[in-house]
Amino acid sequence: MMPYIIEANDLSLKYKKFEALKNISFTLKEEKIYGILGRNGAGKTSLLTLLSAFRKPTSGKLTIDGENNFENTKIMSNISFHYEKNYSEETSTVKKMLRDVENYRENYDGEYALSLAEMFELPIDKPVNKLSKGKQSALEVTMGLAGRCPVTIFDESYLSMDAPTRVKFYNEVLEEQSRKPRTFILSTHLVSEMDYLFDEVLILHEGKLLIHDEYETLISKGMTVTGAAEKVDEFVIGMKVLKEQRLGNAKAVAIYEKNSKAIETKAKSLGLEVGPISLQELFIYITEKE
Amino acid sequence: MKKFDDNKPIFIQVREVIEDQIVNGMLREEEQAPSTNQMVSFYKINHATVTKGVNQLVDEGILYKRRGIGMFVAKGAKKKLVEKRKKAFSDEFVVPLIQEAEKLGISENEIIELIMNREGK
Repeated sequence: MMPYIIEANDLSLKYKKFEALKNISFTLKEEKIYGILGRNGAGKTSLLTLLSAFRKPTSGKLTIDGENNFENTKIMSNISFHYEKNYSEETSTVKKMLRDVENYRENYDGEYALSLAEMFELPIDKPVNKLSKGKQSALEVTMGLAGRCPVTIFDESYLSMDAPTRVKFYNEVLEEQSRKPRTFILSTHLVSEMDYLFDEVLILHEGKLLIHDEYETLISKGMTVTGAAEKVDEFVIGMKVLKEQRLGNAKAVAIYEKNSKAIETKAKSLGLEVGPISLQELFIYITEKE
Repeated sequence: MKKFDDNKPIFIQVREVIEDQIVNGMLREEEQAPSTNQMVSFYKINHATVTKGVNQLVDEGILYKRRGIGMFVAKGAKKKLVEKRKKAFSDEFVVPLIQEAEKLGISENEIIELIMNREGK
């Protein structure tokens, strides 16, 4: 499979007067696992509905595989979008639902779908609307994984699953990615439990794209510096400070800087303590209100 | 199962896990090291992080890559690691020990006495 390059150029989306997305540009070049992080209302779902062509951007350009994706059946048959759907009217059985996917997803692997259904302990002969919310989510991700679309998007489709089921799902995403590489896009605010999945991370905040970087680059830019308050204050002059915390005369500061290796060496030579920051912490510091 | 701690970058802890296994003989020379995928799902840490830690070991000649098969422990890896750790022993263990002892007013002779008379010796 050739990677489906996704290119967003100055995308904006307005609902009446509300600007859900503001001038967003990025390129997703490779078959990787992309994490879209944002707090509630940050614009994650808005962005994903544009990618899935459920909506048209108010302005800007979005191309997938070089083509405009809106009302483009060729492109759309290769993108699958999964969210927590309302299945209250769905009276087909799990088995029938899984069989029906075969009709519209050309790469669909029915056998794999059944093995996933077994792993997620889905009652195969039960009508879908009789399943618990968590099982409905598991069914949804089963169709997404087994659909094997070049672009597979999960928009927080795991929120209702219990923790053991989510871990099984994460594991399966990684295994699938090594078996059949594709572009996975996963949105979430469950950052600490999903951070190990992402090759690249995009952080949305109030409709803007604040950060787009490789996971490892992002992590290596962040660090905490701890020591005597006045020493720390002097040290971080001119640096991008994300968070400051004081405890008596000691101070801990989270910074975000490119040449982190040199900064670390310098801090240590001044007797300051240096520690790493997790993606979850970075995410909180970057998106929290002062 | 060992869980990584928050005080050190994870990629350094990844390489230390592999180094430890080589030093204590769990992983022998010319044996295959755990694959990136195995480490990702075992420790629930990022692919890129594992790769970064493993690549450092490759750069230092501790591991080497066999195309299409995986990573293997190089000949002489154990000796190299033991020598490196002996060099670091003073910085990482002796110096902090003396610094702490100075803070508490424990003399060098008292330290030696503590070592000689430690429990379970």
